[in-house]
Amino acid sequence: MAVIEISQRVDARGLSCPMPIVKTAQAIKTIPSGAYLEVLATDPGSTKDLAAWSRTTGNELVEQSADGGVFRFVLRRK
Amino acid sequence: MDEPLNLVLFSGTDDKLQAAAVLTAGAAALGRPVNLFLQYWALDAFRADRIAADHGLVPEAGEAGRAAVDALRTAGQASWAETFRQAKELGGVDIEACSLSMDLLHLEPSDLDPLVDGVEGVTAFYLNAGEGQLVFI
Repeated sequence: MAVIEISQRVDARGLSCPMPIVKTAQAIKTIPSGAYLEVLATDPGSTKDLAAWSRTTGNELVEQSADGGVFRFVLRRK
Repeated sequence: MDEPLNLVLFSGTDDKLQAAAVLTAGAAALGRPVNLFLQYWALDAFRADRIAADHGLVPEAGEAGRAAVDALRTAGQASWAETFRQAKELGGVDIEACSLSMDLLHLEPSDLDPLVDGVEGVTAFYLNAGEGQLVFI
Protein backbone atom coordinates (compact mmCIF):
# COMPACT_ATOMS: atom_id res chain seq x y z
CA MET A 1 0.00 0.00 0.00
CA ALA A 2 1.46 3.33 -1.06
CA VAL A 3 2.09 5.83 1.68
CA ILE A 4 0.29 9.09 1.14
CA GLU A 5 2.21 12.14 2.25
CA ILE A 6 -0.03 15.08 3.02
CA SER A 7 1.36 18.32 1.61
CA GLN A 8 -1.32 20.63 2.97
CA ARG A 9 -4.14 20.39 5.47
CA VAL A 10 -7.45 22.25 5.55
CA ASP A 11 -9.26 22.38 8.88
CA ALA A 12 -12.83 23.26 7.92
CA ARG A 13 -14.34 21.85 11.11
CA GLY A 14 -17.12 24.10 12.35
CA LEU A 15 -17.41 25.87 8.99
CA SER A 16 -20.66 25.68 7.10
CA CYS A 17 -21.29 25.59 3.36
CA PRO A 18 -19.69 26.93 1.17
CA MET A 19 -16.54 27.45 3.24
CA PRO A 20 -15.25 23.84 3.28
CA ILE A 21 -15.26 23.84 -0.53
CA VAL A 22 -13.91 27.39 -0.81
CA LYS A 23 -11.03 26.55 1.56
CA THR A 24 -10.36 23.34 -0.39
CA ALA A 25 -10.26 25.19 -3.70
CA GLN A 26 -7.93 27.83 -2.24
CA ALA A 27 -5.61 25.24 -0.71
CA ILE A 28 -5.33 22.91 -3.73
CA LYS A 29 -3.70 25.76 -5.65
CA THR A 30 -0.84 25.89 -3.14
CA ILE A 31 0.37 22.33 -3.71
CA PRO A 32 2.07 20.88 -6.78
CA SER A 33 0.37 18.58 -9.24
CA GLY A 34 0.20 15.04 -7.84
CA ALA A 35 0.45 16.21 -4.24
CA TYR A 36 -2.11 15.40 -1.54
CA LEU A 37 -4.47 17.69 0.36
CA GLU A 38 -6.25 16.63 3.53
CA VAL A 39 -9.57 18.26 4.43
CA LEU A 40 -11.40 17.93 7.75
CA ALA A 41 -15.02 19.04 7.95
CA THR A 42 -18.03 18.69 10.23
CA ASP A 43 -20.69 20.11 7.88
CA PRO A 44 -22.97 17.20 6.91
CA GLY A 45 -23.25 18.44 3.33
CA SER A 46 -19.50 18.36 2.87
CA THR A 47 -19.41 14.71 1.78
CA LYS A 48 -21.57 15.29 -1.27
CA ASP A 49 -20.02 18.70 -1.92
CA LEU A 50 -16.45 17.42 -1.94
CA ALA A 51 -17.34 14.44 -4.12
CA ALA A 52 -19.02 16.78 -6.60
CA TRP A 53 -16.13 19.22 -6.49
CA SER A 54 -13.66 16.40 -7.04
CA ARG A 55 -15.61 15.12 -10.08
CA THR A 56 -16.01 18.57 -11.61
CA THR A 57 -12.45 19.81 -11.12
CA GLY A 58 -10.65 16.51 -11.74
CA ASN A 59 -8.82 16.54 -8.41
CA GLU A 60 -9.21 12.91 -7.37
CA LEU A 61 -10.76 12.03 -4.02
CA VAL A 62 -8.45 9.20 -2.94
CA GLU A 63 -9.61 8.68 0.63
CA GLN A 64 -12.58 9.55 2.77
CA SER A 65 -13.63 8.53 6.25
CA ALA A 66 -15.81 9.68 9.12
CA ASP A 67 -15.02 9.58 12.80
CA GLY A 68 -17.34 10.93 15.46
CA GLY A 69 -18.90 13.65 13.34
CA VAL A 70 -15.67 14.67 11.66
CA PHE A 71 -15.30 13.87 7.97
CA ARG A 72 -11.80 13.41 6.57
CA PHE A 73 -11.00 13.66 2.88
CA VAL A 74 -7.74 13.26 0.99
CA LEU A 75 -7.54 14.74 -2.49
CA ARG A 76 -4.83 14.52 -5.10
CA ARG A 77 -4.16 17.63 -7.17
CA LYS A 78 -4.40 16.79 -10.86
CA MET B 1 -18.91 25.05 -16.31
CA ASP B 2 -16.97 27.29 -18.70
CA GLU B 3 -19.79 29.75 -19.32
CA PRO B 4 -19.94 32.37 -16.60
CA LEU B 5 -22.60 32.41 -13.93
CA ASN B 6 -24.20 35.85 -14.05
CA LEU B 7 -25.99 37.16 -10.98
CA VAL B 8 -27.98 40.39 -10.94
CA LEU B 9 -28.37 41.50 -7.33
CA PHE B 10 -31.32 43.80 -6.64
CA SER B 11 -32.30 43.01 -3.03
CA GLY B 12 -30.17 44.41 -0.25
CA THR B 13 -31.21 42.28 2.73
CA ASP B 14 -28.54 40.23 4.50
CA ASP B 15 -30.26 36.90 3.78
CA LYS B 16 -30.49 37.42 0.02
CA LEU B 17 -26.95 38.78 -0.13
CA GLN B 18 -25.68 35.76 1.78
CA ALA B 19 -27.53 33.45 -0.60
CA ALA B 20 -25.92 35.28 -3.52
CA ALA B 21 -22.51 35.01 -1.88
CA VAL B 22 -22.92 31.25 -1.40
CA LEU B 23 -23.87 30.79 -5.07
CA THR B 24 -20.87 32.90 -6.06
CA ALA B 25 -18.40 31.07 -3.82
CA GLY B 26 -19.62 27.66 -4.94
CA ALA B 27 -19.19 28.56 -8.61
CA ALA B 28 -15.79 30.13 -8.01
CA ALA B 29 -14.64 27.00 -6.17
CA LEU B 30 -15.53 24.97 -9.26
CA GLY B 31 -13.45 27.28 -11.43
CA ARG B 32 -16.47 28.86 -13.05
CA PRO B 33 -16.32 32.63 -13.74
CA VAL B 34 -18.96 34.70 -11.96
CA ASN B 35 -20.18 38.14 -13.02
CA LEU B 36 -22.21 40.14 -10.51
CA PHE B 37 -24.25 43.24 -11.38
CA LEU B 38 -25.29 45.32 -8.38
CA GLN B 39 -28.54 47.25 -8.70
CA TYR B 40 -30.68 49.29 -6.34
CA TRP B 41 -30.66 48.12 -2.73
CA ALA B 42 -27.96 45.50 -3.31
CA LEU B 43 -25.68 48.28 -4.55
CA ASP B 44 -26.60 50.37 -1.52
CA ALA B 45 -25.50 47.50 0.75
CA PHE B 46 -22.03 47.53 -0.84
CA ARG B 47 -21.38 51.13 0.22
CA ALA B 48 -18.12 51.28 2.15
CA ASP B 49 -19.82 52.95 5.11
CA ARG B 50 -22.74 50.51 5.13
CA ILE B 51 -21.35 47.12 4.13
CA ALA B 52 -20.94 45.94 7.72
CA ALA B 53 -24.30 47.31 8.88
CA ASP B 54 -27.42 45.27 9.61
CA HIS B 55 -29.38 45.13 6.35
CA GLY B 56 -32.26 43.17 7.83
CA LEU B 57 -34.06 40.19 6.40
CA VAL B 58 -37.02 39.78 4.06
CA PRO B 59 -40.44 40.05 5.78
CA GLU B 60 -41.15 36.33 5.35
CA ALA B 61 -38.23 35.56 7.66
CA GLY B 62 -40.18 36.74 10.68
CA GLU B 63 -38.88 36.41 14.22
CA ALA B 64 -38.07 32.73 13.81
CA GLY B 65 -35.98 33.52 10.75
CA ARG B 66 -34.15 36.28 12.54
CA ALA B 67 -33.34 33.91 15.41
CA ALA B 68 -32.11 31.24 13.01
CA VAL B 69 -29.86 33.68 11.16
CA ASP B 70 -28.46 35.08 14.40
CA ALA B 71 -27.74 31.57 15.66
CA LEU B 72 -25.67 30.77 12.56
CA ARG B 73 -23.74 34.02 12.88
CA THR B 74 -23.02 33.27 16.56
CA ALA B 75 -21.80 29.81 15.50
CA GLY B 76 -19.20 31.56 13.37
CA GLN B 77 -20.68 31.74 9.91
CA ALA B 78 -18.94 34.35 7.78
CA SER B 79 -20.80 37.50 6.75
CA TRP B 80 -21.88 37.76 3.13
CA ALA B 81 -19.17 40.34 2.51
CA GLU B 82 -16.52 37.94 3.85
CA THR B 83 -17.97 35.11 1.76
CA PHE B 84 -17.65 37.32 -1.34
CA ARG B 85 -14.05 38.18 -0.35
CA GLN B 86 -13.18 34.49 -0.02
CA ALA B 87 -14.81 33.78 -3.37
CA LYS B 88 -12.83 36.57 -5.05
CA GLU B 89 -9.61 35.09 -3.70
CA LEU B 90 -10.26 32.06 -5.88
CA GLY B 91 -10.27 34.27 -8.96
CA GLY B 92 -12.82 34.70 -11.73
CA VAL B 93 -15.30 36.76 -9.73
CA ASP B 94 -16.12 40.22 -11.09
CA ILE B 95 -18.44 42.57 -9.20
CA GLU B 96 -19.77 45.57 -11.10
CA ALA B 97 -22.04 48.39 -9.99
CA CYS B 98 -24.92 49.29 -12.26
CA SER B 99 -24.32 52.84 -13.49
CA LEU B 100 -28.02 53.68 -13.44
CA SER B 101 -28.25 52.63 -9.80
CA MET B 102 -25.14 54.69 -9.04
CA ASP B 103 -27.08 57.71 -10.36
CA LEU B 104 -30.21 56.73 -8.47
CA LEU B 105 -28.32 56.56 -5.17
CA HIS B 106 -26.03 59.52 -5.94
CA LEU B 107 -22.93 57.40 -5.47
CA GLU B 108 -19.34 57.87 -6.58
CA PRO B 109 -17.07 54.85 -7.14
CA SER B 110 -15.08 55.95 -4.09
CA ASP B 111 -18.20 55.46 -1.94
CA LEU B 112 -18.15 51.72 -2.62
CA ASP B 113 -16.37 48.92 -0.76
CA PRO B 114 -13.22 47.62 -2.53
CA LEU B 115 -15.15 44.40 -3.25
CA VAL B 116 -16.74 46.30 -6.17
CA ASP B 117 -14.47 46.15 -9.20
CA GLY B 118 -16.05 48.92 -11.24
CA VAL B 119 -19.13 50.56 -12.69
CA GLU B 120 -20.76 49.50 -15.93
CA GLY B 121 -23.98 49.71 -17.86
CA VAL B 122 -26.29 46.85 -18.70
CA THR B 123 -24.85 46.43 -22.20
CA ALA B 124 -21.33 45.74 -20.95
CA PHE B 125 -22.78 43.35 -18.39
CA TYR B 126 -24.62 41.43 -21.12
CA LEU B 127 -21.47 41.29 -23.24
CA ASN B 128 -19.53 39.70 -20.39
CA ALA B 129 -22.47 37.45 -19.55
CA GLY B 130 -22.13 35.64 -22.87
CA GLU B 131 -24.17 32.47 -23.06
CA GLY B 132 -24.01 31.87 -19.32
CA GLN B 133 -27.04 31.64 -17.08
CA LEU B 134 -28.51 34.84 -15.68
CA VAL B 135 -30.04 34.88 -12.22
CA PHE B 136 -31.93 37.78 -10.59
CA ILE B 137 -31.76 37.93 -6.79
